[in-house]
This record gives sequence, C-alpha cells and structure tokens, in this order.
Amino acid sequence: MLDLKSVNTHIGQYHILQGVTFEAKPSQLTMLLGRNGAGKTTCLRTIMGLWRASAGTIRYDGREIQKLETPDIARLDIAYVPENMGIFAGLTVRENLLLAARSGPPDEKRLERIFTLFPAMKKFLDGAAGNLSGGQKQMLAISRAIVEPRKLLLVDEPTKGLAPAIIAAMIEAFRELKRETTLLVVEQNFQFARSLGDAVAVMDSGRIVHTGAMRDLAADEVLQQRLLGLSLEAHQ
Amino acid sequence: MSRILSGDLPRSRVLAAVLVLIALGLLAAPFLFPGARSLNVAAKVAVFVLLVASYDLLLGYTGIVSFAHTMFFGIGGYGIGIAAARLGPAWGNLALGFLASLALTAAVALVIGLLSLRVRAVFFAMITLAVASFFQILASQLSDFTGGEDGLNFKLPELLQSRLACYYLVLAAAAALFLVLLRIVNSPFGRVLQSIRENEFRCEALGYRTVFYRTAANCLGALFATVAGALYAIWLRYTGPEATLSFAIMIDLLLMVVIGGMGTLYGAVIGATLFVVAQNYLQDLMKLASDAATGIPLLPNLLHPDRWLLWLGVLFVVCVYWFPSGIVGRLRR
Amino acid sequence: MRRHDWLPLALIAVLALAAFAFVPSTPTWLTLTIAGLAMGMMIFMMASGLTLVFGLMDVMNFAHGAFISVGAYAAASVLIQLKGGMQAPSLAENLMAMAPALAAAVAVAGLLGWIFERVVIRPVYGDHLKQILVTMGGLIVVEQLIHVVWGPDMIPLPRPATITGSVLIGDAAIERYRMLAVLVGLAVFAAMWLVLNRTRLGLLIRAGVENTEMVESLGYRVRRLFVGVFVAGSALAGLGGVMWAMYQESVTAGMGMQMMVVIFIVIIIGGMGSVGGCFVGALLVGLMANYIGYLAPKLALGSNILLMVLILLWRPRGLYPASKA
Repeated sequence: MLDLKSVNTHIGQYHILQGVTFEAKPSQLTMLLGRNGAGKTTCLRTIMGLWRASAGTIRYDGREIQKLETPDIARLDIAYVPENMGIFAGLTVRENLLLAARSGPPDEKRLERIFTLFPAMKKFLDGAAGNLSGGQKQMLAISRAIVEPRKLLLVDEPTKGLAPAIIAAMIEAFRELKRETTLLVVEQNFQFARSLGDAVAVMDSGRIVHTGAMRDLAADEVLQQRLLGLSLEAHQ
Repeated sequence: MSRILSGDLPRSRVLAAVLVLIALGLLAAPFLFPGARSLNVAAKVAVFVLLVASYDLLLGYTGIVSFAHTMFFGIGGYGIGIAAARLGPAWGNLALGFLASLALTAAVALVIGLLSLRVRAVFFAMITLAVASFFQILASQLSDFTGGEDGLNFKLPELLQSRLACYYLVLAAAAALFLVLLRIVNSPFGRVLQSIRENEFRCEALGYRTVFYRTAANCLGALFATVAGALYAIWLRYTGPEATLSFAIMIDLLLMVVIGGMGTLYGAVIGATLFVVAQNYLQDLMKLASDAATGIPLLPNLLHPDRWLLWLGVLFVVCVYWFPSGIVGRLRR
Repeated sequence: MRRHDWLPLALIAVLALAAFAFVPSTPTWLTLTIAGLAMGMMIFMMASGLTLVFGLMDVMNFAHGAFISVGAYAAASVLIQLKGGMQAPSLAENLMAMAPALAAAVAVAGLLGWIFERVVIRPVYGDHLKQILVTMGGLIVVEQLIHVVWGPDMIPLPRPATITGSVLIGDAAIERYRMLAVLVGLAVFAAMWLVLNRTRLGLLIRAGVENTEMVESLGYRVRRLFVGVFVAGSALAGLGGVMWAMYQESVTAGMGMQMMVVIFIVIIIGGMGSVGGCFVGALLVGLMANYIGYLAPKLALGSNILLMVLILLWRPRGLYPASKA
C-alpha cells in the first residue's frame, strides 16, 4: 500500500533522511522504530507532504505522491496523527470531529463506535478540547483520524507521556483499528509495538537498518539490543 | 586606504568612482555649488548618510525592522535645541544637551530592546511604531519645553555662526562616524550580528546570547542616529516634530536604506545622496515632464512633481523583491 | 473566541463605571459613552481584518491602512454622484444613497485586497522582514496612487441629511451618526460571530488560526482560505474607512496610515487572531479616548498606549490570544 524508495529529505542544510526504503503492506500494522533523532517523525511528515522529499519516490496504491501537496495527500484517505496530536484547543471536541469529517456530518454508526472505543469523547463532546487531559487529547486525535473511513493511518508516538492504564486502552483501540485500516505507527514503547505490530522497520541516522516481521524481532533479544540499544530497557 | 575603510572596500570600480565623486562633491560643496540652497542640500546629505548608515546597522546587518529610529533622531535634535533655546547658545550648554540626549537614547533603546527583542519581528515593529508615535505626541504636547508643533529656533555659539564652519563641522563629524560604523560592522561583533540575521537559531545553538547582541545593535544604531539628529539641529538652527520625528522621515529612511542597498553601509551614501538630491531637484524635472504630458489622461498626474514619492516607492518595492542589496549590490555584481 | 471567559468584556463595564464616577454629570457621561462606543465600532471594523489575516496567515499587512483609504475614496466618488439622495430630507432616501456607497467601498477595497495578495504578498509568505518592508512600500505606492486618481486635495464628505446633528435623550445630546455607527458595528460583529461560530467556513478559519498545518493534514486547501480571508479583511477595512470618513466628514489619502498606530494597539490588546478580542479592545480604546479626552485632554493621545501597557501586564498575549505564539 505504501512504498518508500530511497527517500531523502533535507531541512535547511541538514540531511535528515538519507535514503529510506521500506514498505507498509495493506491491512497490516507496520511499526517504525528507532532511537530519538533517527528520523522517524521526519519520515511521516515527508510522506504527508509537510516536508518535501528531495529525492526518491513514495508510492501509495501504486501512485507516486512525493510531489503532491498535503491537502491532496490527505484527500487520498490518508490520516495523520502528529506527535503533538494537533488538537484544536479552542474548538470543542464535537467541532474537532466535525472538521475532520470532510464530506459532511459524521455517520452516526461511526460516532457510536468512537464513543465505545473512547467513552471520554462522548462525555466531553461539547467541552473545549483544550481542557482535555493528555490521554483524552490523544484519544481525540485518533478519533479524528477515523471519523470517516481512511485507508491509511500515520500515527506518531501515540503512547508518548501516557499513563500505563491509558496505554492499555490505546492498545485495545488500536487492535480494533487494525481490523479496518492499514497503519504505519512510530513508537518508542516496545510493548505497544510487540503486541500490535505485524511488520517492523527500524531506523537509525536517517536510514532503515532492518525490516521484517515483528514476531521475529520480538523473539530475538540480541537483535533488539543491537538495533534499539538502550531505548529497549527504558521502555517497559 | 584599506585601513581607514576597515577592510570593507567598495569592490566595484563604478561604485568606488561614485563614492569618490560624492565625497569630493561634499568636500567642495561651498565652492562648487554656491548658494544657500545647494549648501543646505549638501549638509542634509551628510547628516542623512550618517542616519541611514545607522539604520543599515539595524536593518541590513542585524535584520531588525524598527520604526523608532526617527525618534532617536529627534531626541538628538531636541537635545541641542532645548539646550540652546532654553539655556543659551554656549558650548557648555550644547555639550550638556548633547550628552543628555545620548543618555536618554541609550536608556530608551535599552528598554525597548530588552522588552521587545524577545518577541517576533512583527511585534517589535509594531511596538516601535507605537513608542515613536507616543514620543511624537509628547514632543507636540510639552510645548513649554519643546516648542510644541512649531519647534524651537535658536542661536549657536560664535564659532558656529559661520555657515562654512558649521558645514564643515557637520561634514567632518558625519564622515568620521560613518567610518566608525564601518569599523563596527567589520569587527567580530559585526560578524556575529550578520550571522544572527542569517540564522538566529543556529547562532543561539553556537552559544551566542542573541538578545544581548541585538539589544547592543539597537542601542548603537540609536546612538548614532541621535548624533545625526544633533548635527542636523546644529545645521538648521532649528528643531521640531515635522523635521525630525514625523513618520514621513521614517519612510524616507526605509526608502534610502533599501534602494541604496541593505547591509552594505555604502548603500547609505548612495541612498541618501540619491534621495536628498531627488527631493530637491527631481521635482523640477518632473514638473517639466508633467507639463509636457498635458492632455493625456492620468499621465500628467503620474508625473506631477508631488508624486515623486510614488516612483521611489515603486523602486523600493522592486528592490525588496529583486535587488535586496539595492544599487550597491547591482554595482558589485 | 473563548467561551466562558467574560473577564475582558467585564472590563468594558468597569471602564464605563469608573468614568461614571469621575464625570460630573450623567448626560455628559452618556454622550461620552456613546461617542466612545461609536468610535470603538469604527475602529473594530477597520482592525478586524488585520487581526484575522495575521492570526490565520501569519502575515502582518502594514498596508492595511491603504484599504481603509481606498474604501473611503471609492464611497466618496459614489456619494458625489448621489448627492441628491444624500441631501434629501427622508431617511429612506438617505439610506438608499448610502447603500451603494458602502457597497462600493467594500467592493473596491476587496478587489484591491485580492490584487495585493496575489502580487505583493504571495511572493513573501514566511519571510516576515520582507513582508514588513514590502507592505510598507505598498502603502506608500497606494497612497500616492490615490493622489493620482483622485487628486491631492481633501474631499469633503458630509453626512446624510437625516443623520446629522444630535438627538436629545433626557439631557444628553447624542449624535445621530454615532448611533448609526454603533448599529453598523454591532451588525458587522454579529455577522462575523455567526460566520466564525456557526458555519463550517468559520470552523476552518478558527482551526487555521490555531494550527494551519493540521488543517491541511485534514485535507483542506488552506491557501484558498487565505485569499478569501485577506479579501474579506480588506473589504471590512474599506467599510470601516467609509464610516470613519463620514464621521470626520472628510476623506484624505493619509487617513488610513494615520489609523495604523491605533489599529496595532487594538489588535495587540485584543490578542492576535481573535475577532472577539479585537471587538473588546476597540471598544476599550474608543471609550478610553473619549473619557480621557474629556477628563484630561493632555493625556488623551497617549492614553491608548498606556491602556495597551496595562493590559499586556495583565495578559501578555492580549485579551483572547487565539493564534500560535
């Protein structure tokens, strides 16, 4: 579904992505792992067109998208949940959802599903999104991404800064999401990665250093140490 | 020669020639162009070269847009004016007024700098606009002190009563201070300023406290502007809100520094000369053209001598888009 | 616009009440208050476009004053043709003469805004330094062009016959024109509030002010929104310009530029990107100018700046900061 080949991205004079090549297969959850500063966020932003790739190709459903503008990429039913969640704090929860539903008021059934996955959304529907807790904001960000059916979800560190109980709820929610859409998720939390990931790609210094099935990586502790080093211990 | 110019040579034959011409013209002005009007033009050129150069330090070298520059210009003028008019035309009084104006400028520039340079360029510009406007109001309201809207006429000490002596004092001071500015921008301090203009983020990362440098640049620019104001007041034997504080002068400054060439200092010489000469002589030319074009719709209006600012404005906009280093930049190409 | 943050609105009441304590006679207070509100409304109309443009597009258009002047001149041209209707003793005829003039102001200013965005602003998106310089240059050029088209003299702009003079309410003399200004201002504010809070377009604008990137990531073409908001902002400035010119009863090329300082003060007080903040800020400035103008005329011109400093000490980002820092 999503196919990156030798993607390079320069920001100013910094050469961040230095030839990224990997795939996100349809109906799978691909985890993008790596140390801080490896270029994972830059990768997602480049796919989304927020930063332009200076070289290489990004293919989505067979079609090249690296030269498209962000709104046009989003209109291909790709949803992006950034690291800082991108919640509109001055708008209500309802308005946030409304905005994300491009083709008109959201379908009742989908809303019900969102409310079942994330009950807090229903509770605070008409409250200012800025008043939500960190975990609730993350839930809102994910809800926005699925308020209409999307073919690909790009999610950047969904469990960052969340309490363990909420992380558990997130894992459940993502398990549900896996059933209906393809996901590419950047994460540092290996437990999250291990429970949900089907495929994995590991980044280091702007390059992909490993791709493969998640269960293979999960079984090989030596490989984990080599690729992820200290960050593995820190995220349990 | 290179030492006097602090190693910052014109780097273009045409530019060097033009600069030499201007310098010679100014030096010999009382003899080459006799008459009160032309001497006035020459003196104004000298003062504005200094003023524009001090603004270039801010805008061209540090990348700060400030609309308060004419305020500092005015403070210099009023320092001399108030001292001479209220205390009497003695050297001691003038010195007192001059030093007081420098002190006031330093204080205000410091406060503005520290408070506002932490904010974004746009807010800084707006705040300086508000502060300058406030000062203009103060100057017109405190009429007992400042002479209000009409300004202050005053006499100068005996030595300066000769127009010739006055002129050469103004010219010498302006030239000397211009060379000092050249020294400043070519010093390590000046280089830090330029790197802040290029990429403030990186500068901070490298360990330079940019707020300090920008505030220093702000204060230096302001101080030089104040001296220019004092010189102008000495030449005119008059100071007033219209002559120094008005927004029109601020706009003129912008035009001069951009058309001349931002970040070059020599641009100040070119820009100021061009502008002041145009202001005084271009209008005659335009009148001829406008009269010749009577009958054609709109053209006489476009060429009307009062519309000279229109053409300079267009030239200004063209420079911002395509010639950021102005005339000097083009000549150096 | 924050939903439950009534404090700044309360400020208006506080100011009015404080003035009430100081102004000796009630009729005078009433006259001053209406005058202040009227002035505030006109300033709001002139300033609202600028704050929205900055909040949404991150563009500070120093040439905003040009739209004010151009709007006023366009309306003046129309009104000179419709002199009969303006001087007729019937309110209906007066309004029928005013309406096309207001429409002309809005249309011409809006058109100029469209051209300006395409030609002047688009090449310098993201470069604040160049934006300030270029828009200042644009201001000079437009002001000069006004002289070219309409001549260098001031054009007198008398108010419509039935909206001149004052009406007596109790002992207080209230100018009719000021009441009209308040009504127009309230109508404009109400319309803006409705669009911003009850329409999808308004939702987009409010979200865009907060985070343009995210709005694009949701699939909206924000550039098109920019042009629309810029044109609307310019058109509003034109409307404010007409109302203000009729208030002064004259049109001059420099009138827009003269208002820039006050407008900047108002949008800084209100908070960038906030129409509600701009509204409150404008009313505060208008009231302040009138009260102080009566109580301590020497301080009047500087009172705005003092007000700005006080409010910034309380809320450093303005009353209702809406946009990204």
